[in-house]
Amino acid sequence: MFQDILVTGLVNGGVYALLAIGFSLIFGVARIVNIAHTAFYMLAAYCFYTLLVRLHLPGALAAAVAVVAVTALSVLCYRLVIEPVREHESAVLISTIALALIFQELMLYAFGGNFLGIPSAVDGVLVVFGVSIPYQRLLILVVAAAMLAGTWFLLYRTRLGLAIRATANDLEVANLMGMNVQRVAMATVAVSVALAAIAGVVVAPVFVVDPFMWLTPLVTMLAIVVLGGLGSLKGSLIGALIIGYVEAITVFVLPQGAFLKGAVALSIMVAVLLVRPEGLFGVVFEEER
Amino acid sequence: MSNPLLYGARWAWVNLRNEVLVLPSRTLALLWVAGVLLLPLVYGDPYILRIVAMTCVFAIFAASWDLLAGYAGQINFGHALFFGAGAYTSALVSIRLGVAPWLGVVAGGAMATLFGFAVGYVCLRLRGSYLSLATLAFPLIALGLLFAFPDFSGGELGVSGVRSLAVSRTANYYIIAVVMIVLVFGMWHIADSKFGLVLHAIRDDEVAVRASGINTTRYKLAVFAMSAFAAGIAGALYAHFLRVAGPSSLEVALSFQVVIWGIFGGVATIYGPVAAVFILYPLTEWLGSFRAFGELRLLIFAVIVLLVLLFMPRGLTPWVRDKLETQCPRCKQRNGSWRAVCRLCGAPLGLGAAAAQSPR
Repeated sequence: MFQDILVTGLVNGGVYALLAIGFSLIFGVARIVNIAHTAFYMLAAYCFYTLLVRLHLPGALAAAVAVVAVTALSVLCYRLVIEPVREHESAVLISTIALALIFQELMLYAFGGNFLGIPSAVDGVLVVFGVSIPYQRLLILVVAAAMLAGTWFLLYRTRLGLAIRATANDLEVANLMGMNVQRVAMATVAVSVALAAIAGVVVAPVFVVDPFMWLTPLVTMLAIVVLGGLGSLKGSLIGALIIGYVEAITVFVLPQGAFLKGAVALSIMVAVLLVRPEGLFGVVFEEER
Repeated sequence: MSNPLLYGARWAWVNLRNEVLVLPSRTLALLWVAGVLLLPLVYGDPYILRIVAMTCVFAIFAASWDLLAGYAGQINFGHALFFGAGAYTSALVSIRLGVAPWLGVVAGGAMATLFGFAVGYVCLRLRGSYLSLATLAFPLIALGLLFAFPDFSGGELGVSGVRSLAVSRTANYYIIAVVMIVLVFGMWHIADSKFGLVLHAIRDDEVAVRASGINTTRYKLAVFAMSAFAAGIAGALYAHFLRVAGPSSLEVALSFQVVIWGIFGGVATIYGPVAAVFILYPLTEWLGSFRAFGELRLLIFAVIVLLVLLFMPRGLTPWVRDKLETQCPRCKQRNGSWRAVCRLCGAPLGLGAAAAQSPR
């Protein structure tokens, strides 16, 4: 059981980290609370399913096309729906909720409410120290780690990353320094949704695909982001691992654990907020005192 | 003049003519109250009555969210907690203890108020997005506990077999409609009072309010409790009307729904969310009644919300109100947009006002 907890927590934590870091990026740069973030994750899973199972494309190609298509769609949505109402914070908020509902209903209409299964990309198990880990879960872990490293490289070793971090730090000064903050915001949306889409594609064979699969990860992701501190990438990563392990421990140890895993994870978030209102690694934004 | 009845009628008519009929928004409010109260007499179709009663329940709920989120700026993403607390408490009390439905509703409101205090206390130090995202957690924690103890809560199925409020359908409708009107106007009154002014100030700059010697903690706790009380009453009425209190009263979807109603109608108005519920809820039900649209109902709802927001980002009612009325530049009172001079101070309005104010 101990080994199961170790592996499950790590895999779930990796997926949550992909989602939470993308959400954090958008919040940090554009102050958008993007409720539709996990809806894009759901869309990517559906897109992958269609390409792989219905159109019989090879796995790697299907995954790549799904991620690119969903990212393009997110940029389109941002331009058409979010940007016109950017100065009204509350309008942005319900625009993202409405977008998520639209995606959910479209998928429900197109595919029905059934659970759809996707065959694993790689079969077989790896046995380490007596624990058998399916290769698909290992793949999730590897992809998550690679993507996190990639995001780190993008943010800290490229000019775009510098611009993103500068905008997140102080939008007005970044604008005065000659950065096109609109374009930076758009690039951030693309990067963040691409991370969510990758998460959607890699987890699709492990979890089932259905139109409501965005709700549970949404709540968990928000808990992680608040726990780690809004807009803090380090916080999101550590928060994701904490929540991943807490959920795994709850499921394996407590009776009725499957029902309680969300409640326990959220209670931990509330407990952390009681002690540190800005989260573990949160920054107190000066203009939002 | 000697006849008090005649005197009363004359007083009512003068007030009606001078205070209500001069402003389109007040006329609309009057028509709305009259419409809600007279509906069963004019058109007693059970289906319509049922829809309007549900609309009334959700109108209380949306208005209570607006008091908390719009006025005090505590944007609550977990408002369903209070609704669910009201629904479950009222249902359990009336089934386990066998008390009268009205007592159950009061118990539901009281329990929701307790929850409001608790959530308010926990969230005192949180601000802005942190508050919104943290409050999202509370109804889900409650939901997890309900599912973990199915003997107590009925699990997935909820608590069914709750007694209805009254025997006849019309009486049921009237109880809900009157409670709705009392609570909505009560909240409107609170929001327009000095208390509401302090809430406005807390939303805009809490530090400045505290610096002015106002105990913001007490105000925030009070508004959490009031808002939760109204939401709890709404939940209890919902449980008694549908005769079941289920997990759907605590779901994320309901919390998001109320946020959509509130922002769609226009925040910090009270009447905005109520208007939004009265437009959107019957509309979605009506769309759902078509076979072809039945599956697309939520989709159409979301698209309408999205499109309306693109054109009216501040919400529906502020936009409509600006079309119907103008503000007097001198005394800041509102006037019907057709008037050339202010009805109270006689200052020129509209284009005339612009000409009079511009230097010669």
